[in-house]
Amino acid sequence: MSNKITAKTITDSEFFYGHKACAGCGGSLAVRIALKVLGEGAISVLPAGCMSAVGFNYPHLCFSNNSIISTFAGTASMLTGVEAGARAVGIKNFKAVGLAGDGGTADIGIQALSGAIDRNDDILYICYDNEAYMNTGIQKSGLTPFGAKTTTTPSGENIHGNLRPKKNLFEIVAAHDIPYAATASIGNLPDFINKIEKASKIKGTAYIHVVAPCPIGWGIPVNETIEIARKMMDCGLWYLAEYENGKFKLNKNPSDFSSIEDYLLAQGRFKHLEAADIEILALQRDTKWATIRKNWNNIQEEL
Amino acid sequence: MAKAFLSGNDAFAEGVRLARPQVISIYPITPQTTVVERISEMVEDSSLKSELIHVESEHSALSCAIGASAMGARTFTATSSQGLLYMAECLQYASGGRFPIVMMNANRSTALPWNIYGDQRDSLSQLDCGWIQVYVEDAQESLDMALQGYHIAENPLVSTPVMVNLDGFVLTHTYETVEIPSQTDADRFLPPFQTENKMSLDNPKNLAFSVGPDNNMEFKYIQHKAMLDSRRVIEETDAKFAEIFGRSYGGLTQGYRIDDADYILITLGSITGLCREVVDELRERGEKVGLLKLRFIRPFPSDDLVAALESAKAIGVLEKDISFGYEGTVYTNVNSVIAKNGLCLETYNFIAGLGGRDISRENITAIFRHLQTGGQHVNFIGLGVTIDE
Amino acid sequence: MSKPYLRPYQKPQKLSDYPLGTASEAGYLVTKNSGWRNERPIITDECINCLQCYLYCPDGVIFKTEDGLDIDYDFCKGCGICEKICPKQAIKMEVE
Ligand SMILES: Cc1ncc(C[n+]2csc(CCOP(=O)(O)OP(=O)(O)O)c2C)c(N)n1
Ligand code: SF4
Ligand code: SF4
Ligand code: SF4
Ligand SMILES: [Mg+2]
Repeated sequence: MSNKITAKTITDSEFFYGHKACAGCGGSLAVRIALKVLGEGAISVLPAGCMSAVGFNYPHLCFSNNSIISTFAGTASMLTGVEAGARAVGIKNFKAVGLAGDGGTADIGIQALSGAIDRNDDILYICYDNEAYMNTGIQKSGLTPFGAKTTTTPSGENIHGNLRPKKNLFEIVAAHDIPYAATASIGNLPDFINKIEKASKIKGTAYIHVVAPCPIGWGIPVNETIEIARKMMDCGLWYLAEYENGKFKLNKNPSDFSSIEDYLLAQGRFKHLEAADIEILALQRDTKWATIRKNWNNIQEEL
Repeated sequence: MAKAFLSGNDAFAEGVRLARPQVISIYPITPQTTVVERISEMVEDSSLKSELIHVESEHSALSCAIGASAMGARTFTATSSQGLLYMAECLQYASGGRFPIVMMNANRSTALPWNIYGDQRDSLSQLDCGWIQVYVEDAQESLDMALQGYHIAENPLVSTPVMVNLDGFVLTHTYETVEIPSQTDADRFLPPFQTENKMSLDNPKNLAFSVGPDNNMEFKYIQHKAMLDSRRVIEETDAKFAEIFGRSYGGLTQGYRIDDADYILITLGSITGLCREVVDELRERGEKVGLLKLRFIRPFPSDDLVAALESAKAIGVLEKDISFGYEGTVYTNVNSVIAKNGLCLETYNFIAGLGGRDISRENITAIFRHLQTGGQHVNFIGLGVTIDE
Repeated sequence: MSKPYLRPYQKPQKLSDYPLGTASEAGYLVTKNSGWRNERPIITDECINCLQCYLYCPDGVIFKTEDGLDIDYDFCKGCGICEKICPKQAIKMEVE
């Protein structure tokens, strides 16, 4: 309990600073906090995506730790190389960390991620999930939720946005029997911070899936990024959990959910949803939580 | 120094062992497989101390090598055909980032139709990817170029990846007696890898950044210039190699009986041996023929070509490649040198060996005949059927 | 304490002014973000130093000082997240 990193004790150093992310960008908060926890020994690998696009524009370079852009598909494979290379040249006290978007992780990069977990490479992979390909202009990714309007899943008379549910990447990753995986949200930074801290000490592959709203893509005012992330958890469309030693654990088990409409209709991307669409989402949520509550260890444990 | 009876792939693996790469990423594809198998055995028996990484694709193989190189580690990977094409994105990433990775490519036909046998369409399709490309002729040259490859790639003036091409099966799987240098000599030839182009905790860097239109051309020009400068480094490397090991390959090209030759055939890779024999036969009959082996095609040996071809009457380019809708790519490159330098000679292209089609002694004799008598410019050698008009 | 900081920048004049490969000094800033802002956050006396704004600022521009907090206006984008997160309404957004 006592030696947890808090706002008081976290380093004053900033490692991701002066970048060109939009005002109120959730992804940039996730990256900033992750690097503050990991410190100057972090060697970060970022694939093509918003966070690399806003941070690495020569001569304006916004990471004060060692950082490199990977190919879009190559976050995990480059992390593997960085980790092996660092060890090979005798570098000590470093942590190879990937900071990749949802598209870069769940779609094009899933093969390399799976390979790295399979080898149990000593890396930390953080997926900041803003639920679409934001850098290219808000196109649908495998992590775009049901009903969301994106530029490739428009909502019209015939189709109300994205037809498919969000891939469950946390459980896909866990199915590799990874040493450590967790979900998180920038709406709850103390939880995220502790999970990074925990993951950084894991020998082998660790994965954290952090929801990081994008005000532009989600259609919310730029000052509501944190609020919307919190609403998403409160209404049950996101949950905080861990997978460790072969077991799933729910970190927070709310007794009731706040209004799902409130969460959805606060965002431009869901404005078009009809009652029937919202019901589908509510049903998906309820089914998921029923399974979780039945199968997972949900003893509420302060992290 | 020891002698052993080795295949081209085995010999290359020995060269890799002697070069002591620190990180090796492997993914199998015929006919490259035996090189990664040998290397795995070497790591197992500790004759090679290296991080051996079983990646899940060729894209990952090269992405991993780039990551390791960005930490200052010497790296190796190997591929062929579909694998080379699958890593295409990473090829340009490695060269643009100036990571001096050495990669072996077992030259193989590309699908469709599927075919596992040798031709050079895989690597020649990647001529513009910014890698130094060398084509070797036999198992000894394979081993030697693994060592020379690192020496060239890691020279600070060059800092560019090197692709060493071995003809699939005819070289990768053909056994020959090979001299294996001692580790002491290999170390004397190849110093440990050192570069500024890396991350370190004392001197943190941001790598692989974006560069907008205001500076981008300069980065590309620098990359081009490094490739041009590598020509000198290639020659110096070969000279140093000769000094230590007593073997020399002549740098970017290697001529054979060209001094007074009227008709010169330009070749690439393993077919050169047979062509040399045909040259000897024809020379015995008093015909003024010669041979020029292109060892490197990037950087392109323009000056060597001018010097070698200047007084020829006609030249031919024999290549296992076709750029559909035009001609062989090597031929296009050779013609451009000839045109730019105002050489007055006829040029002919001989497309042969696609998908592993045999190239016979008779084929080569006929090619020299063609150079002497003249005829069509672009010729497909060994087509088994007539062409419907 | 360290962070990326502003440095002088002059466009390279000769090829050798460019770095080798694509590797350059980490945390090298050459432009500010202050122009992005319509409103600037002001931390008022109501502040109880709970550090919520410090933690949640996406740009990390709120920093601790001897007697509380201050803001690096060179890089604050004026998003207003700090104002929203403050439990004491101690941050006021002021039109630039
Ligand atoms: C091989 C390849 N395909 C496509 C792209 C184009 N691309 C660059 S960033 C990007 C979107 C990234 O989305 P995500 O991973 O979710 O990160 P975000 O931009 O949302 O932060 C795409 C599609 C690319 N750079 N490389
Ligand atoms: S588009 Fe979204 S994710 Fe990308 S920088 Fe802007 S706010 Fe961040
Ligand atoms: S959130 Fe408000 S009260 Fe807390 S430190 Fe910031 S300004 Fe002060
Ligand atoms: S307005 Fe936004 S960028 Fe500026 S201090 Fe507040 S949270 Fe940070
Ligand atoms: Mg995204």
